[in-house]
Formats: sequence, C-alpha cells, structure tokens
Amino acid sequence: MAPKTLSEKIWDRHLVTAGIEGASDLLYIDLHLIHEVTSPQAFDGLRISGRRVRRPDLTVATEDHNVPTENIDQPIADEVSRKQIETLRANAAEFGVTNYPMGHPKQGVVHVIGPEQGLTQPGMTIVCGDSHTATHGAFGSIAFGIGTSEVEHVLATQTLPQSKPGTMAITVDGELPEGSSAKDVILAIIGRIGTGGGIGKIIEYRGDVIRNLSMEGRMTVCNMSIEGGAKAGLIAPDETTFAYLEGREHSPTGADWDGAVADWLTLPTDPGAEFDEEVVLDGADIPAHVSWGTNPAQVMPLHDVIPSPDSFDDPGLRDTAARALEYMGLTANTPMRDVAVDTVFIGSCTNSRIEDLRAAAAVAEGRHVKDGMRTLVVPGSAQVKAQAEAEGLPEIFRAAGFDWREPGCSMCLAMNPDKLQPGERAASTSNRNFEGRQGRGGRTHLVSPAVAAATAIAGTFATPADLD
Amino acid sequence: MKAVHIVTGTAVPLDRTDVDTDQIIPSDWLKRVERTGFEKGLFSEWRDDRDFVLNQEQYAGANILIGGLNFGTGSSREHAVWAIQQYGFDAVISPRFADIFRNNCTKNGLVPVTVDADFNAALMTAVRQDPDLEITIDVAQLTVEAPAAGLETTFPLDASTQERFLEGLDDIGLTLRLTADIDDYETHRRPWLPATGPR
Repeated sequence: MAPKTLSEKIWDRHLVTAGIEGASDLLYIDLHLIHEVTSPQAFDGLRISGRRVRRPDLTVATEDHNVPTENIDQPIADEVSRKQIETLRANAAEFGVTNYPMGHPKQGVVHVIGPEQGLTQPGMTIVCGDSHTATHGAFGSIAFGIGTSEVEHVLATQTLPQSKPGTMAITVDGELPEGSSAKDVILAIIGRIGTGGGIGKIIEYRGDVIRNLSMEGRMTVCNMSIEGGAKAGLIAPDETTFAYLEGREHSPTGADWDGAVADWLTLPTDPGAEFDEEVVLDGADIPAHVSWGTNPAQVMPLHDVIPSPDSFDDPGLRDTAARALEYMGLTANTPMRDVAVDTVFIGSCTNSRIEDLRAAAAVAEGRHVKDGMRTLVVPGSAQVKAQAEAEGLPEIFRAAGFDWREPGCSMCLAMNPDKLQPGERAASTSNRNFEGRQGRGGRTHLVSPAVAAATAIAGTFATPADLD
Repeated sequence: MKAVHIVTGTAVPLDRTDVDTDQIIPSDWLKRVERTGFEKGLFSEWRDDRDFVLNQEQYAGANILIGGLNFGTGSSREHAVWAIQQYGFDAVISPRFADIFRNNCTKNGLVPVTVDADFNAALMTAVRQDPDLEITIDVAQLTVEAPAAGLETTFPLDASTQERFLEGLDDIGLTLRLTADIDDYETHRRPWLPATGPR
C-alpha cells in the first residue's frame, strides 16, 4: 500500500462515500462541539425543515463566548447576550443535546473542555462552528472550524461534504531557547508562512521541538493553525498523548483502552509518505515573540525593533504594514521593549490551560503588576479553575495584583463585558490581533503567558528574564 | 438556496489584503440569533470613515465586491457572508479566499470567484477608472469578464458546488439521500469512540 500521511489516514477512515469526478467526499463526523454564537440559526433551520439531530450523543454544547467572567450567579446584564445563551439552552433541551451552562463544573471554552473530558481522542474527526477547532488536532485528529450552514448539516446528518485538503509538513527541529514556549513557536510559524500559507491544507507539525511539547503546548500550536490559513493542524499521537488521555472521563478503559492505543499507534505518517509542501524551522531561532500589527503574521522577536513598512519588498505587504502601524499607534524602528501597555489578558482557547496559568503564576510570584495596569487572568474552564485553586494559583495572582476571573472566552473577542476601550493597548495570550478584535479601537499584541505576566509587571513588553 | 447562473453588474474595489471576518462583521453583531438584518453591520467600523470605498457614491448599487489577497480570514462566522449578501452583493472576487469563508459563500449562493493576482489588480484598476464598468460572472461557464475593459478569465468551482449553484440545491437534502450509507458507516465505527448523553 502507498505510504500515507496522518491526515490522509484519518480522512480515509471517515469516508461515508468517496467523491468521484470532482464531487466532494462525504465525511463522517465523530464529535460535534456547539456554542451559543454559531448555532441558533442552525437549530432554526432544523425546525423549519422538520429535521432532528441525528446523533445528540456525539454532540456537546457549552456556553463560552458571551459569558461574563465575574458575578456569574447574576443574570447576564446584556440582553442580546442573555437571549443568545437562553436560545442555546432551549435548543439543547428541545433536541436532546448535552449542554454545560455557565456555572456548571464542566463548563468552559469549547476547545478546552473537549480535551479535558477525554472527548478529543486520536484519529477522530471533530468539527465546531468556531475557527479554532484545530486545537483538537493536538491529539492527532482532524478538527476544523465550520460555518452555521455546516453546523446545521452536521446536526442533521452527522456528516459533511468536503473536498480533500492538501497536506503540509511544518517541522521544528532542535531545541527552543530558554524562555520560549509553544506560543512563540506558532507565532514564528505564522510569521514564516503568512496568513494564507496554509489555505486549502492540513498542517502536520513535526520535529523534536513539537515532540517535546506537553499536550497543552501542542494544543496552543494547533489552535492557531487557522491564523496561518490552514484547514486544520495536527500532531501525531504518542506516549505524551496517551498519558494525558488515560483515566479521563470519556477515555476508553480496560480492553478498549488497549485496543485504542494499538490503533492509535498505527496513525502516524508512514515513512516515505509525501507532503504537498514542507517547511522547516530551527527551534534555536525562535526566541520570545510578539505581534506588532493587525494580522497574526505580523510578528517579531520581542528583543527586536518594530519593522518599517519600507523593509517589505512586496507592495501589498508594505501597504498592509503601513496601515497596521497607523492603527496600532506605533513608530517603525522603536524597540518593542519600549512600548507600554495598559492591559494584560491571560486566557482564551490558545492559552488558558493549567500549564499556561502555572507559567504566568511562576512569573507573578513575589512580584507586583505595574501601577494602573488592568490585568485579567481567565481560566479556560471550570475544571482548569478548580485545578488552579487546588494548586494555590489564584492567591499568587491576587497577591501580585492580577484579577482572577471565572471561565469563558473573555477578552479574546469582545462579545462579553471584558473589552478594550479605543486606544488601549493589550498584551494578550489570545490568537487574533485584528483591528477591533478585543474592542473597538483596541490594540492587541499577541504573546505567550510568561511574556504577558512579565509585561504586566514591567509595564512595557518584557520577558521573565528582563525582570531580574 | 436560490439558483445562481449569471451575476451581472458593477463592482466595488476593496483594495486591502487580509480582510478578516472581524472587519466584515464585528463581533457585537454575532450576539443576534436571527439570520437577517446584518447589512448594517457590514464593515461597520470602516464605514465610519467617510472615504471608505463603500461610502463612495460612484460605487453605489454595485453587486460585486472585489477584495485583495486572503479575503475572509479569521473567524468562521457565517454572519460575514450574510452581511455581504444582505448589503446587496451577489459575488466576491479575490486572488485567494480563506477556506471557511469560501465554504460559507457556497452554502448561501454568494459566488466566490478566485482569479489570479494580476487579473484581480487589472480588474480593480479598470473599475476605479470606470465605476460603471459592467462585469459578468457566469457560473455555468466558470468565466468572469468585463468586455469594455478587455478583461476575461476563468475561475474554479468543484463540480458538486457548481451543480448546487446552478440548481439551487439544498445541501442537507442531498446528503439525506445517502442515509443508507451513513447508517452503514455507523455499524463499523470503532467501539471506544466517545459519546455523551442519550443516543
């Protein structure tokens, strides 16, 4: 048999019917995650057509985008947000779908709760009406974001017609410098391939740097595949994956566990399998990164100076850079370490897992945030929050002047009370630095949890080493 | 979805790369549970600038939007497609669309026309010179042309998607014809795969 890549193996396993003569494949979906924002019109569509949810047992909902991160025992003040949450609850009840509502011990950001409950496993197909669904690829599954029409399609049929994507290997060899993290790796990758570099492809992340990442780190990398334009991103399952999964609520047990592990070990890309495109980075060249512009490919090493639009040969990139600097209120050639921020956000589906919070707490411990700094630390789920509490992290954050919050998407996307005001500048562990992403007129710089915490303390962009 | 054979009309040149879906429809609009009424949200932050291309009188009434490279990146929000359509556009032309945005277009009958970068630039220039330039997009022939400017090219659309455009077919209805295949697939799924709640 011809050697196959990891993504091709998973794709082929899920073919209900194979498309012929240019027609789409029909792909079976193992898990459909739902949240309040992209589902209401899909459930409406089902009602209009008199259709049911084919597999409510393979469908899991949670409330994350709109939920406030404080006073969650109170009704949501924003009427439109409240109606959207209430609509999800009503739809879940009507169609028999499990929903984890605000305040529930299993509630959280949709891409945090799937893995932590063991719902995300190697070899699966996973979709969600959310572009950061690639997060689940960290387990060696094909996971991708879909629109509301496709949400309705999956609800009704548990399948999706799809054209088979291309393949791309991104290998990060060697070792990272001290102080660099998974976030820096993915920011460097996006800087290299651009916002459209992965369009139409599934990226497989490979190499020693990727292999040596924890599951949390791998999720951070896969999470931002969409920022490089990719359909999905994934990493071959290995002992790290199995150790994370064993004993979780929905993980296989007993003989099923043994069978599953044996099966998962057959998934990695075969020797000799070819990718449509290959990119190689050296881990040693990836120091702490920060974004300077208004798209996630506009990134730089933190120790560097802000680039000048003139440094771009391509006229399109030059115009985009000039517009970005204007929006960001930045001057070319300024050292990034001289740029002051007023807000720090630690959270989002990219960086709100326990390891992220530990990394930030390690920097915060025994220090204090800069006077006047607004700081939000938002655990990704109720379970992450409980774990952090068991480890004493909230006390460390509070003593250092950080604001410790309830789980949700929070300031990643300005759909809940946590927003930037016009002109405010944030160091944010989230995934998008688009204009207005964190609030109209707000300016976002993407960073790792350790850099976010160090920046909160220094008041200007800083790595933990800068604080010593 | 309504069948689409031919789109003819004038265009708006939105000469920016990396137009993300947060710009097309800011997140505040995503709190709504309806599927209509998004036209006011289209590029709402950019439209505050009086000089923004959508505010320029010479392009009023256009039904084709020409964007730059990497159009529709970012969030999966289908609201972006709804907003573009409800504002009055029937097609979007770009050298490269983000995957999810492009998929969302095809589910709603908004024609995503991928052309090469040189053609895109030439068309944008032609429209700037003559805002009344008539452009025709033919979904059956997979061509886009602006005869008065001497411009003509083809664009790709896979056979299934093209058929759905031309026939105005309901995607879900088509898949439900394959229910027996789906039933069959489900009999041999791996036994340990996770499930929650009642079947």
